Amino acid sequence: MSDILAMTAVAARQALDNKSISAVELTEAYIKAGQDTSENNAYVLTTPDKAMDMAKASDARLARGDAGLLEGIPIGVKDMFCTKGVETTASSRILKGFVPTYESTVTQNLWQDGAVMLGKINCDEFAMGSANETSAFGAVINPWTASDGPLKGKALTPGGSSGGSAAVMAARSALLAPGTDTGGSIRQPAAFCGLVGLKPTYGRCSRLGIVAFASSLDQAGPITRDVADCALMMTSMASYDKGDSTSIDAPMPDLMAALSKARNEGVKNMRIGIPDEYTIDGMPEQIVTLWEQGRQWLEDAGAICVPVSLPHTKYALPAYYIIAPAEASSNLARYDGVRYGQRVEGATLDEMYAKTRGAGFGDEVKRRILIGTYVLSAGYYDAYYIKAQKIRRLIQNDFHQVFSDVDALLTPSTPSVAFALGDEDKDPVSMFLNDVFTVPANLAGIPAISVPAGLSSDGLPLGLQLIAPALREDTLIEGAAMLEKAAGFDHVASGAAS
Amino acid sequence: MTDVSSLIEGRTGKWEVVIGLEVHAQVSSQAKLFSGASAAFGAGPNEHVSLVDAAMPGMLPVINQFCVEQAVKTGLGLNAEINLFSIFDRKNYFYADLPQGYQISQFKQPIVGEGSITITLADGSTRDIGIERLHLEQDAGKSMHDQHPGKSYIDLNRSGVALMEIVSRPDMRSAEEAAAYVSKLRAILRFLGTCDGNMEQGSLRADCNVSVRRPGDELGTRTETKNLNSIRFIAQAINSEVARQIEIIEDGGTIDQETRLFDTSTGQTRTMRSKEDAHDYRYFPDPDLLPLELDAAWVETLRQSLPELPDALRTRLMDEFGLSAYDAGLISEDRDTAAWYEAAAAGRDAKLVANWMTVELFGALNRMGLDLADSPVSPDQLGKLVERIGDGTISGRIAKDVFAIMLEDGADPDQVIEEKGFKQVSDTGAIEAMIDTVLAENTDKVDEYRGGKDKLFGFFVGQVMKASKGQANPNVVNDLLRSKLNS
Repeated sequence: MSDILAMTAVAARQALDNKSISAVELTEAYIKAGQDTSENNAYVLTTPDKAMDMAKASDARLARGDAGLLEGIPIGVKDMFCTKGVETTASSRILKGFVPTYESTVTQNLWQDGAVMLGKINCDEFAMGSANETSAFGAVINPWTASDGPLKGKALTPGGSSGGSAAVMAARSALLAPGTDTGGSIRQPAAFCGLVGLKPTYGRCSRLGIVAFASSLDQAGPITRDVADCALMMTSMASYDKGDSTSIDAPMPDLMAALSKARNEGVKNMRIGIPDEYTIDGMPEQIVTLWEQGRQWLEDAGAICVPVSLPHTKYALPAYYIIAPAEASSNLARYDGVRYGQRVEGATLDEMYAKTRGAGFGDEVKRRILIGTYVLSAGYYDAYYIKAQKIRRLIQNDFHQVFSDVDALLTPSTPSVAFALGDEDKDPVSMFLNDVFTVPANLAGIPAISVPAGLSSDGLPLGLQLIAPALREDTLIEGAAMLEKAAGFDHVASGAAS
Repeated sequence: MTDVSSLIEGRTGKWEVVIGLEVHAQVSSQAKLFSGASAAFGAGPNEHVSLVDAAMPGMLPVINQFCVEQAVKTGLGLNAEINLFSIFDRKNYFYADLPQGYQISQFKQPIVGEGSITITLADGSTRDIGIERLHLEQDAGKSMHDQHPGKSYIDLNRSGVALMEIVSRPDMRSAEEAAAYVSKLRAILRFLGTCDGNMEQGSLRADCNVSVRRPGDELGTRTETKNLNSIRFIAQAINSEVARQIEIIEDGGTIDQETRLFDTSTGQTRTMRSKEDAHDYRYFPDPDLLPLELDAAWVETLRQSLPELPDALRTRLMDEFGLSAYDAGLISEDRDTAAWYEAAAAGRDAKLVANWMTVELFGALNRMGLDLADSPVSPDQLGKLVERIGDGTISGRIAKDVFAIMLEDGADPDQVIEEKGFKQVSDTGAIEAMIDTVLAENTDKVDEYRGGKDKLFGFFVGQVMKASKGQANPNVVNDLLRSKLNS
């Protein structure tokens, strides 16, 4: 069994193709792995019957020689994706019992390519959070544990908001996991759980059928065990969709070819910028060291690393925490108890709204709705929302400027390792700081990837981030393949199924 | 600028009325503005609702290009500036029939900017009324509070239907002008085919902003009366609101800026919500939609393909057919009316056709309660009737009898003339015989005439016509009679 779970998606696809394993066997192994690791609270709903039906259909297509890109690969779906006939709640009480009659475009693409659905995955409520602690289903426990130091013996966060998705990947209870990333929600959990996480260019993945958090920032992407799986899954997830007006009608570069090219030729003459502004006060020394190590690895592979400046970086986080709540306050207005989800009756319409939303939303969601409502209000709009949009433009300009000189940027993925669950007397602002390195790429709409690059002195994963110009996911895959090769990260979480 | 004739005489002096209108015109489109659902009127509750219209989680709006085209055409028809770059905003408020919790509208950058339309008043004078803007927006659904004792029902068929909000400048000075403005706007929309203008079905509704002031003063505080769905109600609501405001101010009070409703049963307006209860709509650009960018060449193509509009048609009817401003105005109110007229008038005495159409036909249709489309007389039949007057087959008086029969059974005029023996007698022999008889029977009068009493000529004409049962050609009668009497 352990051999099965140890395979990457690319390896499993080969094994399925050469009939050394069946989709049913693979799926059974993952269903069992999910059961064995259920204490991490990552699955909010399992669909074993559906999984077995899909696996059988995959085996039939494999037998016919009609197999798709992800044929027979078992995946866990973040609860932000609407799945036809399968309850979808965005990990919120307000959507309890909501069963979509439709499928999100991204998951439809995955099923189209033969993927097998294991179930729905826990996340922060409406993807708002950086520790997967705001979920109505409760926190998710990171399969990784500290081997030493103050975190030893404590249950750690897998990060958020795609915390459950990263946890099932680290626990090996899913072989691939689509996530969503509004301010770092794919990359930060990937970094905390020793995984590869890619947020593609805004518009690469259709947002149709994904529960909206902040429309101008939301983007789906893969969380995978390695860069090859990331290239494979990204290829499947991306598509131009006329049903999403912000979808991009541009072909995705051949990511598998980019991967082979990097593996064969290195990244000769690739110019990598090291942004000065990503050195922040209080950043642990080992993260600074790892960042320096990453630069060295890339240079060893033929890249030319140069210092660059993105002067408006420090304004990215405050701008993000205005724009995202502003959009969220409006996007979440539809959860009013009138048409679907939970309703708490009241004597008047307004009372019904207040009771339904009061009971249905958790504290973090309420906080962001209030912030968003405030910054859009008459008299505050110009000072907050418009100012934030101007900053957003300046940040985009910063990136545009540096990308005239470099092909990609190298930064740490997060300012810390995974932290302990529950001991949060943390104020919301310090929680927001988790996103400091990831938010700028969302504001600029450009692709970024987190790659596991090493372990902390306490034995917890650390990630490095690469950021590329719009539409250059191929550059990210090339650079990430080099980092992955040099880092040789082959550690497995102590909580992984076997 | 103050037109003295429209001032209102109050107890304490004269008042000037200032009116601006916001008209909501439903785009004539098969599908809604941002979803593929049908926009047709009259379906059962919630039969025309897509996942987008019901604001299901994860659903996204996609602009309907046809609706954009209709808005641009309308802008061109209003002589307005077309903005090649415009933005859709979210107007946020909670209501049970607003599924998204916001209406997608256009706030700061609408698709159409400033324009103007010319209105014609009853005395034939014209005025230009400024258009401030036209923007596209979604309609909301409908709440029904009378279906259940404790619950409200929601019908989302209208949710997401495309509306054009057309905002005028505060350029109108009387209810009459406001009514003329809405009539003209409606005519333009119908000529363009961008809105069916059907006010009973709610395809065209107006919000009236009304204030009063002393001539020359600053603008007074305005009230807004919402959702008026007939031109008569618009005029009534304005007049009632003007009287109310003048009375309050003359009694020493002040006007509250508020939103009011018009009660059709009393003809009065009443408070709906005060300024304090006004929503903060928290407008911001809809991040689900890209800015709307139009191609200048495409707009130009639309401009070139615009149909003839009421003003141009009216001018052409005057130039080409020699119609009076009044007749041309009546006939150009509606494109179908104009088409009917042009079919009837082609190759005929156009002024006489216009006269018959506006007086005899419209009068008859009005009595019968019929629309022009249901007229028992076809354009060609009316044209032929006029032709028979022109070619002397029948007299104008006889034509009225023929027309009455045509109205009854839709018969062809020639057939009626033939069957009923209405044909005018122009045979000089027959008329001469009749004249001889008349003269023989009235020898005393002949002597008087010949003795200088010219006025008796009319008497002889009358007698001959009577003898012919009205069918003698009056011109022939005149000529023959004159030669016989004067011989």
